[in-house]
Amino acid sequence: MNAARASLSSACLSGEALERRSAVVERLLAVFTGAGHAQLEPPHLLDADLLLDLYGEDIRTRAFLFPEPVRSGELCLRPDFTLPVALSHAQFGWQRAASYAYAGPVFRLQDMAETRPIEYLQVGIERYGEADRARADAAVLALMLEGLDALGLEERRIMTGDPSVVFSLLDALPLAPDRRTALRRHFWRPNRFRALIERFSLAPTPPGDQRAALLEAAEVGAPAVEAMAAQGRELVGLRGLDEIAARAGALAATSGAPPMPGEEADLIGAVLDVRGGAGEVLAQLRDTTTAAGVNIGPALEAFERRLDALNCVGIDAEMLPFDVRFGRAMEYYDGFVFEITADGEAELPPLAGGGRYDSMTRRLGAPEAVPAVGAMIRPEVAIRAGARP
Amino acid sequence: MTLSIGVPSKGRLQADTIAWFAARGIEIAPSSRSREYRADVRGAAGVSIVMLSAGEIPGELAAGRIHIGVTGEDLIRERIAFRTRDVRLARRMGFGHADVVVAVPDFWVDVETMADLDEVCADFRSRHGRSLRIATKYHNLTRGFFRKAGVADYRIVDSQGATEAAPKNQTAEAIVDITSTGATLRANHLRVLSDGLILRSEANLCVSGEAPWTPAAETSFAALSDRLGLD
Repeated sequence: MNAARASLSSACLSGEALERRSAVVERLLAVFTGAGHAQLEPPHLLDADLLLDLYGEDIRTRAFLFPEPVRSGELCLRPDFTLPVALSHAQFGWQRAASYAYAGPVFRLQDMAETRPIEYLQVGIERYGEADRARADAAVLALMLEGLDALGLEERRIMTGDPSVVFSLLDALPLAPDRRTALRRHFWRPNRFRALIERFSLAPTPPGDQRAALLEAAEVGAPAVEAMAAQGRELVGLRGLDEIAARAGALAATSGAPPMPGEEADLIGAVLDVRGGAGEVLAQLRDTTTAAGVNIGPALEAFERRLDALNCVGIDAEMLPFDVRFGRAMEYYDGFVFEITADGEAELPPLAGGGRYDSMTRRLGAPEAVPAVGAMIRPEVAIRAGARP
Repeated sequence: MTLSIGVPSKGRLQADTIAWFAARGIEIAPSSRSREYRADVRGAAGVSIVMLSAGEIPGELAAGRIHIGVTGEDLIRERIAFRTRDVRLARRMGFGHADVVVAVPDFWVDVETMADLDEVCADFRSRHGRSLRIATKYHNLTRGFFRKAGVADYRIVDSQGATEAAPKNQTAEAIVDITSTGATLRANHLRVLSDGLILRSEANLCVSGEAPWTPAAETSFAALSDRLGLD
């Protein structure tokens, strides 16, 4: 009675279709290894703990996680190569500079309404330890374009972004530290980010009775907060009274803080709205922040160095599409990000994509953030777009 | 092919369901041989009753093995999320009320709202080196609600029973669970966040679009619709 239901798994490939796909994969790998990337074969199965720690619970809506009954843990089918490649690089030592190439399937849980496959190939690269970030960013984008050239895919569109533009703006604005931390943390969640700015912009409202009592106790000192919390209540769980007192102290220190000036909220909004050719974007970011008396000079210099580096590898950086909001859905990218789509094939997923994720290396155990950038091409999408290996 | 209706096989939910149908002129008499999960039905033609554990009914609806089922909205929203969208909540039945809520230890006097909880998640992670844990059996409801509330850096710990004891047992810091009077939560030193109501659930008559809607089943359904107040 479920005959009408589509099969859950992907189709089996054989004959000519298989040959074509293998040829595309081989062609791309040849381009990447030819450019000095050592080929890696990372595992398909990862400890789910790592992914949950890195991406949060939402990874469960995007990846296949399942119980590992023998050791009563949980496993995850790799949703991309970035994490497994970074993990094997960590084993070789974070401080080493290295460039890797890889090819293989990744696995993604898809929404009911989504027609994208749950299993598909990625062929890509990851590069660690290149101190000249601008040059590495440009090299990665150029190599993806070279890969697509090798497949005869010359009709394409590029979109780029860079979350560090907004981060450096948040650093440069005279924000209260707790507000800056909250905004940085929720940059990836646009609705929450907007709600935070709205909240910070309002005149402080008088706290409710319980909050008022808490702030009053915090003014007296940590023991007063601890006494208040413990009074008539049982202490359960791992979070201790000291943590409650510490947070109450932090709340008291920032309570009654003046609202965020309208100009600051407007400036954040104005910067988020900047888009266009990268050359024009740079000028606009410079004008907007200078006019507001805010200095994000180092970020703009890095931006400019990247444009120079892109020009050096033959990409028309001036006209390269850039959108400050682009990349907000991809949590681990914290620098240059890009996507390449086949021109006129709006229904196809992007042909290629990638970006910089320095800060993720620290969360994976690097003593300090290591320069890390990578990108991949989707061979099946390339074939649908007319690839000729 | 008859129209099959899945009815909870035991307890208060079963009694309330039978009474609800009886008030609409449909008598359901569980088979005298109690191990047989069938029931006789009077007052409706072309209808068969299947007795199922309430927890199984969402899955049976999603698989299309029953046309109609009685179960809590909490279970439907939790279980169907990933499988299929074609199960419709057709009619609230006015019993089986329970709220799905976010609750934290009562002595967390600095946590009143979901926004507070989010800040505590960030604190907790930096102090303890791991994510704050939420014990629950409502994984999907929790994820969806926390995403909307903008809470990040938490981990779900599966808990299929005695969830409210998790903070005390130090297997989780906070919980998502159902409550009707709040007494169990209070007894376990927990408090519901002021904006921590995820869902006001009650028993619902649910219709499966996945089931085989033969002309006979359609006819029986049409005959029932008015009496049961279905659209």
